Amino acid sequence: MKLPHRRFDCLVIGAGGGGLRAALQLAQADLHVAVVTKVFPTRSHTVAAQGGMNAALGNVTPDNWHWHMYDTVKGSDYLGDQDAIEYMCRAASRQVIELEHYGVPFTRLEDGHIYQRPFGGQSQNFGGDQASRTCAAADRTGHAILHALYQQNIRAKTHFFDEYFAVDLVRDEEGVALGAVVIEIETGEVMVIEAKTTLLATGGAGRMFRTSTNAMINTGDGMAMALRAGLPLEDMEFVQFHPTGIAGKGMLISEGVRGEGGYLVNGDGERFMERYAPHVKDLASRDVVSRAIAIEVREGRGCGENKDHVLLKVDHLGADVIKKRLPAIREMAIRFGGVDPIESPIPVYPTAHYTMGGIPTNRYGQVVAPVGHGAEEEVVGLYAAGECACVSVHGANRLGGNSLLDIVVFGRAAGNHIIAFLKENRYHRPLASESIDMALARLSKWRRPGDGESVSAMLAELQRIMEEYCGVFRSQEVLDEGVSKVLALGERLDEVRLSDHSKVFNTAFMEALELENLVDVATATVVSAAARTESRGAHSRLDYPDRNDAEWMRHSLYSKTDHQLDYKPVRTKPMTVDTFPPKKRVY
Amino acid sequence: MKLKIYRYNPDEDKKPYMEDFEVDPPVDSGSGMLLDVLIALKSQDDSLSFRRSCGEGVCGSDAMNINGRNGLACITPIKDLSEPVVLRPLPGMPVIRDLIVDLTQFYNQYRAVKPWLVNHDPVPEIERLQSPEEREELDGLYECLLCACCSTACPSFWWNPDRFMGPAALLQAYRFLADSRDQASGQRLDALEDPYRLFRCHTIMNCADVCPKSLNPTRAIGKIKLRMIKRTG
Repeated sequence: MKLPHRRFDCLVIGAGGGGLRAALQLAQADLHVAVVTKVFPTRSHTVAAQGGMNAALGNVTPDNWHWHMYDTVKGSDYLGDQDAIEYMCRAASRQVIELEHYGVPFTRLEDGHIYQRPFGGQSQNFGGDQASRTCAAADRTGHAILHALYQQNIRAKTHFFDEYFAVDLVRDEEGVALGAVVIEIETGEVMVIEAKTTLLATGGAGRMFRTSTNAMINTGDGMAMALRAGLPLEDMEFVQFHPTGIAGKGMLISEGVRGEGGYLVNGDGERFMERYAPHVKDLASRDVVSRAIAIEVREGRGCGENKDHVLLKVDHLGADVIKKRLPAIREMAIRFGGVDPIESPIPVYPTAHYTMGGIPTNRYGQVVAPVGHGAEEEVVGLYAAGECACVSVHGANRLGGNSLLDIVVFGRAAGNHIIAFLKENRYHRPLASESIDMALARLSKWRRPGDGESVSAMLAELQRIMEEYCGVFRSQEVLDEGVSKVLALGERLDEVRLSDHSKVFNTAFMEALELENLVDVATATVVSAAARTESRGAHSRLDYPDRNDAEWMRHSLYSKTDHQLDYKPVRTKPMTVDTFPPKKRVY
Repeated sequence: MKLKIYRYNPDEDKKPYMEDFEVDPPVDSGSGMLLDVLIALKSQDDSLSFRRSCGEGVCGSDAMNINGRNGLACITPIKDLSEPVVLRPLPGMPVIRDLIVDLTQFYNQYRAVKPWLVNHDPVPEIERLQSPEEREELDGLYECLLCACCSTACPSFWWNPDRFMGPAALLQAYRFLADSRDQASGQRLDALEDPYRLFRCHTIMNCADVCPKSLNPTRAIGKIKLRMIKRTG
């Protein structure tokens, strides 16, 4: 079959903050850049980020990047790579300022500087007093950043393929990335986008869980593309459960609420975080707060009729602060929680939120994998940035406010490396047909007629399995059962049939492809989790309650072939400063 | 729950038609919003087509005409809707399929107002300072989701879609005019100095009425007009 071809210097897959920041860097360097996105760019999930972006500007409290680095390493439960963390924290201030210059409407202090709010896990002077490090545009920081980045890309004339779905990577026999097979959703036409470099910026995979703060588009597409291309995923067992999703529903209530002074109470009206984190209380790291809530509920101290949640109290902040600093949260609580936080507390419970793991990269955004010799060999022409990547700056637990920072810093870093790479590699390599044929074969499978299981039923089943067998608290028995259930479900994918075979804007078909992706990524998650016999960050094992640095201070690498696991050491050596050696993590 | 939904698949249908549906709204897992009902319907009939993503009213994907009024399905409570719930695509736009419309023209108008900050001063090494009061001028402007509820509810936009910019694009134009950091006010006003682009707004106010984020494009348009008068006067 003759497919339409397009050729670009760089193909960026995904138009959230990471993809758009990279695209902007490339377009400003006068490169020919294409952005493929399955939704119109401003509908990408970055838009939902609320609280803000960390940078040691020191506008509110004294601060410096080294303190930020310490907090991030500690927050990661010492699984983060310290070279990448140093790079990110050093770059942060300049990146925020650059975003401000791009037009992001940050909230302001009286002196005209950017407003910064306190967030969990932030300290001054390596574990001292609470810092205020999170730069905010009210509680719509993601929206403000995403729109500004899209606007700058329009100005820079980036070429957008809006509502195109990326199916699979194209690679040649040597493993060099040559672009991707994509579908134009409106017409169903399949196309090959050839590119000298390809950047995956497809976001997380939170939709593998039943209750999630994630948008429905967060189906781990890029991660699954990497798996199918024979590349591993790193640290997939680390899934962040955000402490404050609206109970039973999952909509995110920003950590900014606790940053502004909100706090959690249990069914006895007790401010229980004082017991779990005596020093910083409600502003402990997310993994710590989520576990505390889960324990309170499990031990019968929950709130409500079924004692199945806790309450986030905000009313004492006063109507003014709530309206000015947390307007969207208030709207969300009224709409989905049925309470006005000015008057009553918000019912909350931990909710799947963020994928710490992802496609392994170095701090230049290059995908690195044990492809030949060594655990971190660069895959030529292939890059990843943002939530789909694992640099790893978040390690076992991401700090609030570090996600918007991650996407901007490493989107830009990947852009810069691509620019340098293209100076040395000026020509397209010959296209290899094998990976294209494989992608086409996978697509044609979905055109099979007849009756079978439905996509929606299977997705619901996957989400229930993941919630039940791979949640906040884990144990060998439960995880092993989870592995066999997810594998069995994966076997049944072949029995799923679509009844809609139309070519025009076939959303059922897109959902089927997303389900395939989610199953692959969920398998990586539960298999990696079952193997890690320690508790670290968000991975909390009832049967192995302690962190085990001697055996487990290493990254997991899961490959799709035989569900194999491999490991590589944590990069404990920063770029210029001294290593932060692992310590007991107390908040 | 009874619904009447606009159906059209150019692959199969000669012309659009309204289809009747009946479904139990999902109770336990649902948010109580219309989008849950649509998702439940889609699990029965996977050909039913609509856009959706965040499910919480921040991405702007699932704009549609609900009982005659434009809105986002994910923040429209089921309990407020009279039955049968009549769902149609956003009015005045070419329909691609079912509830999915072609928004190309809407996006073109957005791009046409050059929605990015222009500042010619040397780039400072810190942020450009802005007082809280100056920043407050952007409230009610920057929050736009580009969902297109407003423009597709505007009669002036229906009559002159190729020449009138529409409320969404004009709101964006004013978002930059109102920004103390922006230095392109002159050019921005020049670009709108035309009998159609701006002045076709007859303050019908459908835009403010339907905006899911309670923004007020009519007021922003009024302020642009005022600025234009001021600079000539």
